[in-house]
This record gives sequence, C-alpha cells and structure tokens, in this order.
Amino acid sequence: MIVIVDYGLGNIRSVSRAMEKLGAEVIVTSGLANVKKADGVVLPGVGAFRKAVKNIKDLGLWGYLKEYIEDSRPYLGICLGLQLLFTKSSEHGTTNGFDIIRGSVERLPEEVKIPHMGWNQVSYPSENTIFNNVKNNSFFYFDHSYYVIPDKKEVIAGVTEYGVKFPAVVKKGNIWGVQFHPEKSSNIGLELLRNFINNAS
Amino acid sequence: MLAKRIIPCLDVKDGRIVKGIEFVNLIDAGDPVEAGERYTEEEADELIFLDITASSDKRKMQVELIDRTASKVFIPLTVGGGIRSIDDIDDLLKAGADKVSINTGAVENPELIKRSSESYGSQCIVCAIDAKRAGSLQKWEVYTYGGRKPTAIDALVWAQKVEELGAGEILLTSMDADGTQNGYDIELTRSVSEAVNIPVIASGGAGNLEHLVEVLQEGKADAVLAASIFHFRKYTIPQAKAFLKEKGIIVRDV
Repeated sequence: MIVIVDYGLGNIRSVSRAMEKLGAEVIVTSGLANVKKADGVVLPGVGAFRKAVKNIKDLGLWGYLKEYIEDSRPYLGICLGLQLLFTKSSEHGTTNGFDIIRGSVERLPEEVKIPHMGWNQVSYPSENTIFNNVKNNSFFYFDHSYYVIPDKKEVIAGVTEYGVKFPAVVKKGNIWGVQFHPEKSSNIGLELLRNFINNAS
Repeated sequence: MLAKRIIPCLDVKDGRIVKGIEFVNLIDAGDPVEAGERYTEEEADELIFLDITASSDKRKMQVELIDRTASKVFIPLTVGGGIRSIDDIDDLLKAGADKVSINTGAVENPELIKRSSESYGSQCIVCAIDAKRAGSLQKWEVYTYGGRKPTAIDALVWAQKVEELGAGEILLTSMDADGTQNGYDIELTRSVSEAVNIPVIASGGAGNLEHLVEVLQEGKADAVLAASIFHFRKYTIPQAKAFLKEKGIIVRDV
C-alpha cells in the first residue's frame, strides 16, 4: 500500500494518478490511521517549507512520519517532500525540518530566473535502484526556488545544474528524495516512480 | 542545463478542441485528452488548454476534462480561459491542473494574482498578457477580453507589476504577430524578458522553425507556445526540437 500524504500543498492528484497507472495500490490521506498502513510513504508538495511543516504538525502526522523515516522505511519525498528531510530551511525565516539528513535548504542564486522551472538534466555518478531503466542525464521537470545542501555528500544520488550544481536526488537507505516532479516528467518520471513502488513492496 | 520548452496550446470549448484543428492519420481529433496524449508522446514539454466555453456548465466541464487528462498525461498542464476568482483557481488546481493562466481577470483585479500566489505558490500562477504595439515607439499596450479591449496599460509596466504581485510565469502574446505566421514580435518578447526575472513564454506569429530559434535566442524567451504550426502538422515537435538543437539551443530529448 502506497500512502500519499495530503497536507494541503501541491498537486496530489498527479502523483496518485501516476502511481495508479503503474498498478500500485494507493491511498491519498491526511489521517494518521491510514498513514500507518503504508508500505511506502510519498510526501509530495509544492509551496512554502514553513507552511508545510505547520500543516503536517496540525494534522498530527509529524511525529509518526519522523519515526517512520528514521526507521529507514520506504519514503519518497518530492520537491518540498525532499526539502523537509533536512535540518532547516531559510525560506521565510528559519524553519526546522525532519532533520533526517543534516544540511540546509537555501534559495537559488539571483543570477538565474527563479523559480527553476522546466526540464533539466539529472546526472548520477553511479548506478542505483532509483534509476533503473532511467538513462544518465535524462531530463526531469523541475519547479522550485530552493535547493538542498547536505552536510555529507554521500547522500547525493543525482545532480543537476542551474546557476549552481545541486542535488536533484538524495538517497539514504530506503529514504529517497527528488527535487524534480517525477509525476510531471512523462515516461522517465513514471520509471522512477515504478522503481519506488518496487522498492516499497 | 535548463532546456527551452515547446508548449502546444489547445483551444477547448464544451470539452472538445475547436478552431478547425486537424490531425492527419489520427483517431478523433476533437478530444483534448487524446490530443494531449499524442502531444506528450511527441515530446511536448507542457500543455496548455485555453477554454472558451461560454455556458454556465463551464467549470464543471473543465474539471471533468482536467480530471481525465490527469490520468493519462504526465507533463505539466496549464489551464486558462475566463478565470476571475479565487474559487475558479481553487477548482482548477484541485481538479489536477498544475498551473492556471489568468489574463483579463488579473487586469481587472490584480489582487487575484497576489492572493492566489500566496495561497498556492507563484509556480501555479501564470499571467497571460496580450500586447499590441502602441504608436511608433518601443511601447506596447495591454489588451483584455481576448484582445478586444485596450486598457492604456503599458505592457512592460504590467509585466513587472504582475511579477511583483507573485506571478510565477508570463505567457506573452503579441497581437500584432498572432495569426500572421511571420514570426514572433522579437522586441516585445526581449523587452519583457529583460524587464522581469520570471520565465516568459512567447506566443503569436510562429510560421516556421527559424521563428522559434529567433524568439528563444534574440527574443530571450524561455519557452514557445505554438498552436497552428503543430496542430496543422506543418512541423512535428521532434522536428522542431531537432532544428533547435542544431542551432545550439538546449531542448529536452528522450
């Protein structure tokens, strides 16, 4: 059972539709009882870090999700869902995230148009289950203004470049985080989601 | 590096494609979802549905259309046409649209951009601007109501204003170039692109692939909207991308 957490931010429907198309059993939920049924948790999200944290806490999901992720159970964070894994974000003042991956979330440099919106290439230094059937340097769809900076480089599984080189994919055991939107990245994105579904089952 | 985007735009009315669009060798040219699927297979980077439905059932039909599209099409979808209120935006984003495009609604009520971008994030809010040259200077005037009503508002000033209010992207249509197939309005596109720090989608005037190159390079556009040249199968998207790539423009290939 793949649980997609709906905390009021982002286009949940695209994610659930994509996973349904791939044949996964999917629940979209804001309720703790349902989240507990998960074999795999997906945290999508587009919007502000601070609001995301508040919404998740208000729903009473923060504590359980933090433990779930700390246990290295299958987790896919998309965009904001990736950023929330980190220690803190500088968006709208400083807000603390799950702190599963030590590091920070910073704004993209002013030299480039913000948000980083469109298709960009993701290169991965080594083979990885996240990228099964995904060619190196494939294009994925990005739409964000902040990027993650992990303290330890070994969590970085894929990189992209836009004004600065930054992690497009992080991996820590079964915890996966992607800065781009696989549910908007056509067939390549669907392959990545398929890899997550396989990893969670 | 970030690729330039090619975005086909479909005019939709009562849930069907309109404006005499024909697809050779394809089943059912009239269904936007099928056209969307076809375009996705052909490497379109995003899709825009512009809805010109007049009836009171409009919102319901749009929601149903977006819902169907979301289960088949996995590239970004922008929906526009007659958006006037926060409720309109709410309905469309909840139905599964990734972005909404607001034109007249924004000019008549700029607060709409501010409030919607605060609620949903700038990345969901596209401001469409229809602009026409005013006199002989490098000035353009904003028009509303499908290009019928002049507003006396300067297009560059308006572009900067909507960016300030929180729009995440500008869809810029040159009324002078639109329909001519003689190329985009390069000066307009470049002027707006240089005036703002958000992406600009160029629209209006594409007749051949060289036009796409011009507007992306000299015009400094981040993306091109094209309707006729793709709908009437003058070129396919893969052809367009191959051409752009030859000219050194980064495009997404699969």
